Amino acid sequence: MLKIKELHASIENKEILRGVNLDLKAGEVHAIMGPNGSGKSTLASVLIGRDGYDVSGSVTYEGQDLLALSPEERAAAGVFLAFQHPVEIPGVGNMYFMRTALNSLRRQRGQEELDAVDFLALAQERMKLVEMDQTFMSRSVNEGFSGGEKKRNEILQMAILEPKLAILDETDSGLDIDALRVVASGVNALRSEGRTMLVITHHQRLLDYIVPDFVHVMAAGQIVHSGDKDLALELEANGYAGLTPRSARVGASV
Amino acid sequence: MTAEKVPVRAAGGVLADLSPKRDGHDLGWLAEARLNALEWVGKNGFPSRKDEDWKYTALDEILAVPFVAAGAGPGRRATLDLINKAAIDLGGPRLVFVNGHFSPEFSRLTGLPSGAVVTTLAAVLATSPDRLKPFLGHTPGEHHAFAAFNDVFAEDGAFIHLTNDTIVDDPIQLVFFSETEGVPLMTSPRSVIIADSGSRATIVETYAGFPGDVYCTNVVTEVVLAENARIEHYKVQNEPTTAFHLALLEVRQARNSQFASRSVMLGSSVARHEIRVLLGGVEAEVSLDGIYLPQGEQVHDNTIFVDHVAANCTSHQLYKGVLDDHGHGVFNGHIMVRHGADGTDANQKNKNLLLSDRAQVDTRPRLEIYTDDVKCTHGAAVGQMDDEALLYLRTRGLPLESARGLLVYAFVQEMVDRIELEPLRASLEALVSTRFGTAAHRAQQ
Repeated sequence: MLKIKELHASIENKEILRGVNLDLKAGEVHAIMGPNGSGKSTLASVLIGRDGYDVSGSVTYEGQDLLALSPEERAAAGVFLAFQHPVEIPGVGNMYFMRTALNSLRRQRGQEELDAVDFLALAQERMKLVEMDQTFMSRSVNEGFSGGEKKRNEILQMAILEPKLAILDETDSGLDIDALRVVASGVNALRSEGRTMLVITHHQRLLDYIVPDFVHVMAAGQIVHSGDKDLALELEANGYAGLTPRSARVGASV
Repeated sequence: MTAEKVPVRAAGGVLADLSPKRDGHDLGWLAEARLNALEWVGKNGFPSRKDEDWKYTALDEILAVPFVAAGAGPGRRATLDLINKAAIDLGGPRLVFVNGHFSPEFSRLTGLPSGAVVTTLAAVLATSPDRLKPFLGHTPGEHHAFAAFNDVFAEDGAFIHLTNDTIVDDPIQLVFFSETEGVPLMTSPRSVIIADSGSRATIVETYAGFPGDVYCTNVVTEVVLAENARIEHYKVQNEPTTAFHLALLEVRQARNSQFASRSVMLGSSVARHEIRVLLGGVEAEVSLDGIYLPQGEQVHDNTIFVDHVAANCTSHQLYKGVLDDHGHGVFNGHIMVRHGADGTDANQKNKNLLLSDRAQVDTRPRLEIYTDDVKCTHGAAVGQMDDEALLYLRTRGLPLESARGLLVYAFVQEMVDRIELEPLRASLEALVSTRFGTAAHRAQQ
C-alpha cells in the first residue's frame, strides 16, 4: 500500500534522506529506529507533505503519487501523522477541531458530514481508548496539555479520523511508563488488517508495547538494516554501532 | 500639545464653512466656548506626525477633503432596513442618528426605568442647555483639533443620565448612520453619559454608513461615572471604506466605579479611536479591550491614555489586531501613574497577527510611573500565521483556506468571547468570519 523508492530529501542544500527504500503492505506495522539526526522525522515530514524540502524519488500510496498531493489531500486519502510535537492552538476547542477535521475528510471523500450529536457519540466512544474524559474536549487544542495528554490527544485523533496509513513520530517521547501504556494500548486497539502503521522511535521501549511486524534501522538518511522485532532487542543490547551482519541479511529479504 | 502650526485653511479646507452653525442660537457661554474652540484650532492647527500621539497616522487624506459640516434633516437614502443591517436591533432602547442628527422615525425609547433619562443632546440644548456646561463649556486645549472641531459643531448626539441606583437592564443602543449623496459631510455627534452613584447600564455605539459615500465622523463621547457606578460600553465601527472616522471617548471615574470598553474596528479608510480615562476616585476599575482588522489600505489607530490619579485603582487593556493586505494598525497605549496613586494595578497587552508582507503595525505600550507602590505590566507581540499550526490542521484534512480562517478566527475569538451581549456577539462573529472569508467558525465545542 506504500512503496517508497530511492527517496531523497534535502533542506537548504543539506541532504537528509539519501535514497530510502521501503515497502509497507496493508495491515503491517513497521518500526523505524535510528539515532538522532538519521532522518526518521524527515521521512515522516516528507510523507505528510511538509513544505521546504527538495524531494526526489517516488512514493506510491495505493497506486497514486503521494508526493503530488497537498497535505489535506493526503489526509483525505487516509494518511495520518501523530506529531512528535503536537501543536497548541489557543482559541480552537478540541471537540470543534476534531469534528471539523473529520467533516473535512468526509466532504473531500464525498461522504455526509456528522452533526454535533453524532460526532459527540463517536468521540465519547473513542475517548475511552486513550482514557480521556470530556474535559479535554472542551479545552483548546493541546493548550496547556501535559506531554502525555498531547500524545493521547494525537491517538484520539487517529481513532476518530481512522486513517489507512498512520505514521507515529516519536509518540513515546516525553511519556512516563503509565502514559506510555495508555498510548500504546490505544494504538494496539487501532491495529487492523486495513490499517498500516509506521512507528518512528528512538527507543526500543515503545516496541515492547507496540510489537512491530518489521523493524528498520535508519542511519545517515538510509535504511541500513531491516529485520523482525528481534532486531529492536539486538539494538537495545548492542547499540546502533553493534549491529551484526546477520541482522543486515534479514533486512535484505524484506 | 506642541504641534507644528498648520493654519486651518492652509490644510486644504477641511471644512468649507468654518462658522459655527448655531450662531445666534446658543447661550452666551456656549457661543463663547464654540468660538474659543475654533480659535484654538486656528492657533494650534491640526496635529501632525511630529506629535507624539499622532505620529503613526497620517491625516493628509482627511485634511485634503473639503468637508461640509452636516446640518439637520434626515438622509433620504437611510432606511430602517439599511440601519438594521448596519446595527443588529438589540430590542431595548435605541437612538438612531442619521448624519449626526437624531432620527425619531428609526428610534425607540421604551422600556426604560423611571430613573433613566435617555434623550438627545439637541433636546437638552433646546430645553436646559446649562446642564451641558460641564461638557461643552470646557476648553479643548488639552485635546486636539478634532475634539475642538466637535466642540464647534456638536448639535446632537445621545444624552443619557442615570440617577442614583438606577439599573437599566436592556442595552441602550446608539446607532450613527451616515449617507451623504455626494456631499462630503463632516458629522459631529456628541454624546454625554452621566452615571450617578450606584447606577448601571450597557451602552452600544455602532457607526456605519451608505456604501461608497465619502464623509468624516468626528465624534466625542463623554462618560462620567459617580461612586459605585458601572458602565459597559461597546463600540462597533463599521463605516464604509470611503469614510473617515475620528473618535474620542473620554471617561471620568469616581470612587469604586467600573467602566469597561469593548471596541471592534472593522471599517473606514482612516479610523482613529482614542480613549482617555481619568481614574479620579480610589478603587475605580477600568478595562479596555479592542480588536482591529485593517485590510486593503485601511488604517486603524487605537490611542489610549489611562490616567491613574487616585490610589488603588485597576486598569486592564487587551488589544488584538489582525492586519491583512496593506492594512496599517496602531496601538498607542499610555498609562500614567501619578504621584500618590499608590496601589495601582495596571496592565496593557497588545497582540498582532500579520497576514501579509505589506501589512504594518505600530505598537507602543507605554508606562509612566511616578510612585513606588504599583503593579504594572505591559507587553506587545507581532507575529505571523503559525506555519506549524497551519500544517497540523491540513494534515487533519482542513483545506488551506479553512485552516487559515480557523487560525485567524481563533486569534480574535478571545476578544469576541468577552462580548457578553449574546446577539451582539453573534452578529460580530458573523462579521469577523465573513471578513476572513470563512464560514462562521464557532471555535468552541
